Amino acid sequence: MNETVLKKRKFHMTLLFLGAILLTWLSAWVTDYGFASSLEAVPGAMMWMASNLLVDGEALVKLPDIMGKLLETVFMSIAATTIAAALSLFLAIMGSKTTMVNRPIGAVSRFVASLSRNIPVVAWSLILLLSFGQNSVTGFLALFVGTVGFLTRAFIETIDEAALGSVEALRSTGATYWQIVTKAVVPQGLPQMVSWVLFMIETNIRSATLVGILTGTGIGYMFDMYYKTMNYGVVALITITIVLTVIVIELLSTRIRKVIL
Amino acid sequence: MQQITQQPSVTRHTRSGKINIRSGNRVSLVLRATLWTLGALTVLAFFFFDYTGFRPLQAIPETLYNLKAMFLEPKLSHFGWGEAAMQVAITLGLGALATVFGAAFAFFLALGAAENLSVPWLSKSIRIVVAFVRAVPTVLWVLIFAIAAGLGSEAAVLGMLFHSVAYLVKAFSEAFEEVDPKILEALRSTGAGWWQTVVHGVLPSTFTYLLSWTFLRFEINFSVAVAMGAAAGAGGIGFELFMASGFYFDLREVGVITYMILAIAIVLEVLSTRLKSRVYSAS
Repeated sequence: MNETVLKKRKFHMTLLFLGAILLTWLSAWVTDYGFASSLEAVPGAMMWMASNLLVDGEALVKLPDIMGKLLETVFMSIAATTIAAALSLFLAIMGSKTTMVNRPIGAVSRFVASLSRNIPVVAWSLILLLSFGQNSVTGFLALFVGTVGFLTRAFIETIDEAALGSVEALRSTGATYWQIVTKAVVPQGLPQMVSWVLFMIETNIRSATLVGILTGTGIGYMFDMYYKTMNYGVVALITITIVLTVIVIELLSTRIRKVIL
Repeated sequence: MQQITQQPSVTRHTRSGKINIRSGNRVSLVLRATLWTLGALTVLAFFFFDYTGFRPLQAIPETLYNLKAMFLEPKLSHFGWGEAAMQVAITLGLGALATVFGAAFAFFLALGAAENLSVPWLSKSIRIVVAFVRAVPTVLWVLIFAIAAGLGSEAAVLGMLFHSVAYLVKAFSEAFEEVDPKILEALRSTGAGWWQTVVHGVLPSTFTYLLSWTFLRFEINFSVAVAMGAAAGAGGIGFELFMASGFYFDLREVGVITYMILAIAIVLEVLSTRLKSRVYSAS
């Protein structure tokens, strides 16, 4: 590495840092963000949490209710992810450049995936809430739609990376399209895809809380209800149960991933 | 949305770097068991749902009608285009603040969490705290900060910051751990101190990687900021979206707002994909 390269790199770094500072300043101006007041707020907020977010006996009485809602939310996330994965597999096979039937179908399936992924889950929940009403199905559908888009993108990457060589090899033996997909593409990509599905279940449990607040379902609704009535003991208990659930699922999927990948 | 916590590899290697030739039995057994369990839980899930007020025969045509009104007849009625642009800018600003601060904090914490640059007890404790913070949904952080610090952009940024830091610490520390140990050894053998090793060894070899993760987080933080506006009253275009659909029931306005969010999300996604492919072609 010679001196000019180093100098150029230093120049780029400086430029980048100045850009970041400018961006921060602009953002703070637009959002009316006070640096000093936010710094002051942190210790106060920590104190508040330490003194208010305490689980007391009164809150523990609600535990069976909370567990019921939590179970509903976990089931909602798993069902939404698994069913979305089935649809995504189809869309990804149609959309991947290695396995697509023809260009228009490929473009359409990539477009559908992009639309479902980039319209935020908030918008889907609010739209679906209007006609489906306040029940689990609304939350399930909102999660489902967002997951399809994300998993299709992940599956396309998986197929492109894992199956390129084997598709060509099978094609040269005269295998049909269907044989190529079921004998090479799916089995080769499967471990990676399962890993994505597990990752998405974790993410969806967290998103389910948000969707729940918006659509009035599951654990999110319960959180919102006690939050608004300022019953912070129950709020703390709900938060802890969510955290434990997410961590347990994360540990489980890490173990599964270790074996299959 | 979130993306890539693990990199897919074409040939699978064991941790020591050999190609994985472990007998397929255990792998396929676990794989099959996972798939069956997920399938069974999915079927079971539908018995646990709460179906109050669910009328599919009415809801499906209604949704289609709503979608038609949204996407084919978009129109603003409660605020003008200037105001709309301003609200989008606020949402982008919230996302940017959380990302920039998050990246700065995460950089230092990740140095402490990376096993090759830190001591075991520090790296372990940072990891545990980060795993805990990551498990709390962002919306809960924002809502908790909203009471503790008062409503406003401060609460939203602080709440989003927590999650961004936790996410980036994981990504950054994994990047640091992949730095070639020879580089570190070479620097150490010249008598370079810890900080010098970081600045001249670790930072140059991971910089583009860190940048691509940070941008990816910005992409995520934009949609998080939309969500916080809608669910936690953090302002910006998300709040307008919530008002338009939940308060005015104005689907045409929801349509315009959705189009705006969609446009920005797609631009961010394209940029982040470009950045990612450049990073990979460089390494």
